[in-house]
Amino acid sequence: MSGVSERTVGINGHDCRIWEKGAGEPLFYLAGFGGLPRWTPFLERLSAHRHVIAPSLPGFPGSAGHVELDTLLDWIAATLDLLDAAGLKSGDLVGASVGGALAAEIAAMSPASVRRLALIAPLGLYDPAAKPADLWAQTPVTQPALLCADPETYKAHIAPPEGADAGEWGILMTRANEAAARLLWPLCDTRLVRRLHRIRAETLLVWGEADRVLAPSYAQRFADGISGKSRIEIIPGAGHLADLDAPGAVAEEVLAALA
Amino acid sequence: MKLCWFHLMPYTQLPEDFREKHNSVWVDIDRKLFDPAIAHTLYNEFMDELEYAAEVGFDAICVNEHHSNGYGMMPSPNLIAATLARRTSDAAICVMGNSLALYNPPTRVAEEMAMLDCISGGRLIAGFPVGTPMDTCFAYSQNPSLLRDRYYEAHDLVIEAWTKPEPFSFNGRYNQMRYVNVWPQPIQKPHPPIWIPGGGSVETWQWCAKMDYVYAYLSYFGYQMGRDTMRGFWTEMDRLGKDRNPYRAGFLQFVGIADSKEEALRLYKEPAEYFFGRCLHVDPRYGNPPGYVTEATIRAKAVSQIGSASSRAARSAVTWDEIIDKGYVIVGTADEVADKLREVALDLNVGHFMLLLQYGNMRKDLAMHNTKLFAERVAPQIRGLFDDQWEDRWWPKPLPKPSRAVPGTGLREAAE
Repeated sequence: MSGVSERTVGINGHDCRIWEKGAGEPLFYLAGFGGLPRWTPFLERLSAHRHVIAPSLPGFPGSAGHVELDTLLDWIAATLDLLDAAGLKSGDLVGASVGGALAAEIAAMSPASVRRLALIAPLGLYDPAAKPADLWAQTPVTQPALLCADPETYKAHIAPPEGADAGEWGILMTRANEAAARLLWPLCDTRLVRRLHRIRAETLLVWGEADRVLAPSYAQRFADGISGKSRIEIIPGAGHLADLDAPGAVAEEVLAALA
Repeated sequence: MKLCWFHLMPYTQLPEDFREKHNSVWVDIDRKLFDPAIAHTLYNEFMDELEYAAEVGFDAICVNEHHSNGYGMMPSPNLIAATLARRTSDAAICVMGNSLALYNPPTRVAEEMAMLDCISGGRLIAGFPVGTPMDTCFAYSQNPSLLRDRYYEAHDLVIEAWTKPEPFSFNGRYNQMRYVNVWPQPIQKPHPPIWIPGGGSVETWQWCAKMDYVYAYLSYFGYQMGRDTMRGFWTEMDRLGKDRNPYRAGFLQFVGIADSKEEALRLYKEPAEYFFGRCLHVDPRYGNPPGYVTEATIRAKAVSQIGSASSRAARSAVTWDEIIDKGYVIVGTADEVADKLREVALDLNVGHFMLLLQYGNMRKDLAMHNTKLFAERVAPQIRGLFDDQWEDRWWPKPLPKPSRAVPGTGLREAAE
């Protein structure tokens, strides 16, 4: 995690963490299910070319305050406040999974904030023929295999760092799962479909071919609904958290699309 | 000591290979296993058993709420309680729960419970559980991150609806109502006694102490496993400066009585194995949605009992030896059972026993036999416990007998 700077901003009276690394054009990133318990190889690759700014959403590792957010409007307002505090002004926004659902909302509700958008398996839509998986009816054994093509990748991502209190670390990760549930329970359908047309930014849709949470067929539903120009890239061998499974391939697509 | 006869209303026809062939008794239980014609018989037999328990002198008869559950056929305990209110005259009617956050608006609970209190002449005990994760978060799709807050707010709304002298507006975080005016109102003032069925969370104990409610620990795993929880409860009451009135607490216990220990072991083996095998076959994925257990409770290492029950049951079926040795079911002659229950009541300091005398696939005749033996030969031995020292301030106060309606009187005369 060398070179990552950290600062804290207040959102609804709670501390939220912002990580930054790299130089160049700013690139804002909202993480997926589980959040950022640690810096990732994907962000490391992005930061070689861009000034990466990764605000942590309320309730996700590093940030508190999900308990203040009762409705989708509360979540959108908090995310806007957080991105404002992080310095987003007509910039490039990347969102994955849970963070993808909110990145899409920001692009729809505050179009001037987002110049270009990259969504990595964003949640928020609902196809009755391909229901999103139940992210929360899981055990510590089944969850990693649901989220990543290689379960070991997710286990390593959420493992307590050396010296951390294992009990408190477990609570931190449970809280991240709870925060996602607070926004998306029970079907991951935020009715985003009603606002997709408001997204005018040029949009890249990245999907893991082996996504077991949200089938890659959702990519086309997003592309069909968005008013801006969009492009779909399917990443072979990657699961739902594609940027964890295939950091190199996903970073390459994102950097190319936002170049 | 108050003796409360409790029915879960289990579906009794789950197949022998249920654990092997089916995923879970709860949430996604296979619909093909349910035969409504069998349920017709079961509901009527189960209500017969509850009415019989009232007739032979149990202090209360208890019903509870479960959803999508093969061992609990009462999604609406209020329906059953309504029939019991008509068909019994003296026993308290203990509704061990309406899970408050499941009702929108929660004033529905205030209304239905007020109806029950009026119909029964003031015999209602109002139970308010949060509800298990299986019932609330999965079968009823409630958000685990909002459930507890919604529960506490619904509680406040119900209490205000019962006690405020005028119609009022309620502007809660989750409920906005311009006109709250529950009609009818309960007979019991300020409201029926409130019992909180709960697991082992410190916050629930503190809340019961603050509100002066009964804490009912409904463990399926008997007095040995329940001891630590109840000790924790009383230690917390001491810390909060509350007295050790045993009527602050309720405790659930399975019982099987026969004329000899050998006969009891023979009679109750099958229904107990059915319950602890097939009925507790719960997919552990449903046991612990994030946010259901508070962070304070996780820190206190107190895991939701249902969650731990389901995960332990998932490991392997509980054996008959374990059921007996660990006291999940107290089995024996009336004297043996009375001795054990006295010991448990004193050790755990509980004034309300919630007794499961029907469980698993136990047939009506055996449930009646068990109930009769308990009423005639166990109850007289333990009923007097605690009463010389403590008052049960959490028991219903019905209308005086002469003021109470007698259901069904004058029907013929009116028709003629």
